[in-house]
Amino acid sequence: MTDAPMVLAERVSKNFGTNKVLRGISLEVDPGEVLCIVGPSGSGKSTFLRCINHLERVDGGRLSVDGQLVGYRQKGDKLYELKLKEAAFQRQEIGMVFQRFNLFPHLTAVENITLAPMRVKGISKAKATARAMELLERVGLGDRGDAYPAHLSGGQQQRVAIARALAMDPKLMLFDEPTSALDPELVGEVLDVMKELAKSGMTMIVVTHEMGFAREVADTLVFMDEGVVVEAGPPREILSNPQHDRTKAFLSKVL
Amino acid sequence: MSEPESDRMLEAEPGRHGESGRTPRAGRGRHDDDAPPEAIVAIPLRHPWRNVVAVILVLGLAVFVLDAAQRPDYGWPDVGKYIFDRRISQAAWVTLWLTIYAMIGAIVIGLLLAIMRLSPNPVLKSIAWLYIWIFRGTPVYVQLVFWGIVSLIYPVFTLGIPFTDPWVTIPNEIFTNLFITAVIGLALNEAAYMSEIVRAGLLSVDEGQAEASTALAMSWGQTMRFVVVPQAMKIIIPPTGNEVISMLKTTSLVAAIPLSIDLYGVSRGISAVTFTPVPLLLVASLWYLLFTSVLMVGQHFIEKRFSRGTGRVRTGKEPATPATAPTAGPGEPGAPLGNDFGGKG
Repeated sequence: MTDAPMVLAERVSKNFGTNKVLRGISLEVDPGEVLCIVGPSGSGKSTFLRCINHLERVDGGRLSVDGQLVGYRQKGDKLYELKLKEAAFQRQEIGMVFQRFNLFPHLTAVENITLAPMRVKGISKAKATARAMELLERVGLGDRGDAYPAHLSGGQQQRVAIARALAMDPKLMLFDEPTSALDPELVGEVLDVMKELAKSGMTMIVVTHEMGFAREVADTLVFMDEGVVVEAGPPREILSNPQHDRTKAFLSKVL
Repeated sequence: MSEPESDRMLEAEPGRHGESGRTPRAGRGRHDDDAPPEAIVAIPLRHPWRNVVAVILVLGLAVFVLDAAQRPDYGWPDVGKYIFDRRISQAAWVTLWLTIYAMIGAIVIGLLLAIMRLSPNPVLKSIAWLYIWIFRGTPVYVQLVFWGIVSLIYPVFTLGIPFTDPWVTIPNEIFTNLFITAVIGLALNEAAYMSEIVRAGLLSVDEGQAEASTALAMSWGQTMRFVVVPQAMKIIIPPTGNEVISMLKTTSLVAAIPLSIDLYGVSRGISAVTFTPVPLLLVASLWYLLFTSVLMVGQHFIEKRFSRGTGRVRTGKEPATPATAPTAGPGEPGAPLGNDFGGKG
């Protein structure tokens, strides 16, 4: 079981109406691995990420997290869509960080972090708060627990958002362009937290435009375009020696 | 581009003074010397017509008030006599409870209708739409007249298979009680408006909020209760306050049912006997004004309470800002920069 992949995607496809956003994505993420996905906008990177925690329904192929099919249950050779409760239960294991942070603006940093553990897992307020303070300390915001999101900078908000996702003790963390909405000088502080998280052994899938981060932290780099994986491999190889024309064209624009 | 920008810099320069070097624009143009710009000394623009209009209005008002005070038709002694009349204060009480019950009913039904309209089920959606179409599209006075005679159309309630002998038959005692009829009539009408207010509030909350909540494994109900509704309240509260105030006055239409124990009904009743309609209209108006004024004050405080965390209104219990100010000084990476993604209004 330890060698089983954390995420296994086999020819995953997804349509929005007639628009084929994912056209058969196959990839594997091992426990403790950091996978970075890069590619032009509209290539389906974010959609794939959202499929992994069932924010979007997969239309074709198989997608499983930690050996469990995402969003469906197999009985014999038939698939049954999961009930909302069951889908929510699956999501407990998967943390997600959004491009626009999506912190709850009516709650303080600590309340943002404690909400789900208290309501979903039934953890006591005292315990949840202690854990929240621990996590805020970890992301370097130990003194900002009482601040509302509007009083935090973008970088601080994103770090609170990471702490919020970690509070559910996920096995897998998904990052959807976590630094794209940040002022350039605030990108570093968020990437530092992510690097520390990667070092601690967290399994991570990161959709990003930060090639430096991908080169330094990723175990595998995936280049996606038009809903397919064009190229995948160790980041240094792909960044320095891309094999496909589309990868070359993309990299020449962003590097 | 260069013109307005240099204007803005004129204003911005004194504030930024001291952290020079961090301001990228400061190096460009004529303003890189450290001396603060000279303050503008100018004669302010005069607005003579404003004063003229103000004087005319104040004089006009004074003349009207002085005249009204000594005009016998207003019957001021009668106003004083009836303003604290027991019948009037009891009727005011009835009006208040009519408002409260009708609004509670309207909010509950309105919430239900709003959720129905936002549901993916097309049948629920259409039924909610039909309800709103009918109740907003007909006058509330007409609706109240209808509810007043509904006990004639449905003298009994029956339960059973249609077009066969009913299993249970109960006399219609709901619509023969005129107070309950009034509450139902007002609530059903108001619900149509409330549902639109609630719907607008729910739609105003960014989709990312529900998404983040879902990603944290919270159920639909938890997402609504802890994430979406608290934020929607900020949008829902102000118009709801207006609706309460409006409802308080709409209760005077229950005469259509006909219910005559409310403030307006009783005032009219008294004046029909004493033949002094004007003073009693004034008495009723003063009571309505008292209630609406109290409601307006209440609304102000509730609005303040629900705009927490938006960054615009700072609540009293917020020592966090000064306490952490040293760590967030200018120049340090942790400085809270006013960024675009914080409190959206």
